[in-house]
Amino acid sequence: MSDILVSEQSAPGSGGSGRPSGRLLEVDDLRVEFRTRDGVAKVINGVTYHVDAGETLAVLGESGSGKSVTAQTIMGILDTPPGFVTGGHVRFHGKDMLRMSAEERRRIRGEGIAMIFQDALSALNPVFTVGFQIAEQFRVRRGLGRAEAKKRAIEMLDQVKIPNAKGRFNNYPHQFSGGMRQRAMIAMSLALDPEVLIADEPTTALDVTVQAQIMDLLAELQRERQMGMILITHDLGVVADVADRIAVMYAGRIVEEADVYDLYAKPAHPYTMGLIDSIPRLDEKGQQLRTIKGLPPNLMNIPPGCPFNPRCPMAQPVCREKVPPLLQVGPARASACHFAEELVNRV
Amino acid sequence: MGRYLLRRLLQLVPVFIGSTFLIYWLVWSVPGDPFAGKCGERRCPDQYVAYMTEKYHLDQNVFVQYGNYMKNLLQGDFGQTFSQRDIGDIIATAYPNTLKLALVALAIEAVIGLGAGILTGLRRNGFLDNLVLVSTLFLLALPVFVVGFVLQWLLGVQWGIVKPTVSSEMRFSELIVPGFVLGSASVAYIARVARTSIAENRRADYVRTAIAKGLPMRRVVGVHLLRNSLIPVVTLLGTDLGALMGGAIVTEGIFGINGIGREVYRAIVTKESATVVGIVVVLVVVYLLMNLLVDLLYAALDPRIRYE
Repeated sequence: MSDILVSEQSAPGSGGSGRPSGRLLEVDDLRVEFRTRDGVAKVINGVTYHVDAGETLAVLGESGSGKSVTAQTIMGILDTPPGFVTGGHVRFHGKDMLRMSAEERRRIRGEGIAMIFQDALSALNPVFTVGFQIAEQFRVRRGLGRAEAKKRAIEMLDQVKIPNAKGRFNNYPHQFSGGMRQRAMIAMSLALDPEVLIADEPTTALDVTVQAQIMDLLAELQRERQMGMILITHDLGVVADVADRIAVMYAGRIVEEADVYDLYAKPAHPYTMGLIDSIPRLDEKGQQLRTIKGLPPNLMNIPPGCPFNPRCPMAQPVCREKVPPLLQVGPARASACHFAEELVNRV
Repeated sequence: MGRYLLRRLLQLVPVFIGSTFLIYWLVWSVPGDPFAGKCGERRCPDQYVAYMTEKYHLDQNVFVQYGNYMKNLLQGDFGQTFSQRDIGDIIATAYPNTLKLALVALAIEAVIGLGAGILTGLRRNGFLDNLVLVSTLFLLALPVFVVGFVLQWLLGVQWGIVKPTVSSEMRFSELIVPGFVLGSASVAYIARVARTSIAENRRADYVRTAIAKGLPMRRVVGVHLLRNSLIPVVTLLGTDLGALMGGAIVTEGIFGINGIGREVYRAIVTKESATVVGIVVVLVVVYLLMNLLVDLLYAALDPRIRYE
């Protein structure tokens, strides 16, 4: 019963399930589960979002909310087993990638959709030079010769503002600083000029000062190239500066989607409210930090009704019975809360 | 790099001196008269004993003996056996045979061991994986002489596919079975180490990155995964090469190969102390150099290892 409800959810502006909608990249009612020895964890339970050229969608959520797994499914790098896609579509230019041949999907990686990862030290191959790993894209994917590929790789290093790019070409990842490594990672993922860039917590492993530099760089490159960008993060501060829209995830579902200003000004879901409330504030110095009480649900045993209900300060009996569908609650915004209307219309 | 190499070479000097001295001292202090039975049924004449004692400096203390031995050795003189044969000649005749066998064994280890390791590491728990696990366990559990005799009997005698022994020409085709026997335990080790290493690295972040870059699968595996997984395997292969070049007493014995292992065995049995020392000195040097080679290779494969 609850499954049917959720599958009918439609995010603002996205086409209904099944038919192409002219979006650049569209995730439609995606479902993924992890089959482990201890049981089946329902990690993604009907996620729908999209991104168009030139816009940045931030996907916000706690660890375990399914934001990275959604990205891995889009890229086709989900570890199978344990991860299995059990339903939904991922459309790129209207074509469902989940139904493509392995070869077709491979060609989209890097050229159509590229991804940067959280920890560049482990994501870069430790035994090859940074230059080799960037030039590899030009050599293998574009068939360029060694010298030409090297030239292009140095240009990429220049574009991500690595000083002395030429001299750095032959360095190994461990010879780079954390920020430099993330820059190199960005250079590598942008080498083939992708239309969509997925950034999976690109600044989490970095110092605060470096975080801002990397975010600025990403925002700048996104603007210049008019890429669609999916920025996965749990950091509300990062989101505010660069995102156009925000999708908030909880327990493998989108619970709220809105324009960045609307979301901060008037969140339409108690979970989003809790997240914004828990940002440390300077004017409340000395007081205890606010948190959302409780823990995210065990994905092997998601509570019936709204998955957030055990932690929700507004929970009513209906929340324990019915899964709230993601419904439009205003121009270009949606919320999956039974009381979304009241939240939006409050003064 | 240059300084590192020099330091490593200098480190070899005390190891070389220490180990060769120990060998020298042990071999010559084995109880029993080295000249007993050298003159047939009767006792050796005093003249002969005096001459031999003088020739091998047996009347001096062991340090002087060793010093003399080293002085000659550094000039390329290994000395003579009790029957006046140049020990250098013995080594020069036997060593190439051992070397050939060692290289064949190494090639078999690398090809079969690595191949099985890669295939099973990529697909764990399949039929092939279980087959390899069981057969490697089998090889590891069996002593070399059992593997040797069984294969010799089965392939050489029963089925007549190969000649049961190796001729003095040491043709490559004749060395395949002895090479496999010699490398059998190592094949099993290498297959298992490679399997674990591949399976571990297969889930590594950088492999995921390589896939996300849209590289073809054979490049992801053949370049990104393999290079990292090879590091422990190369270490194993390298140390094994040192051991293989030390001659194979059992394998050479079974297949009648005139190698260094057989010579050293013969020398020990006949109490040819000078021959034993000479051969062991060569083996020590080879082993040390192989170890150095492995260290250099290791650093070439993994740039994170610094030479400082």
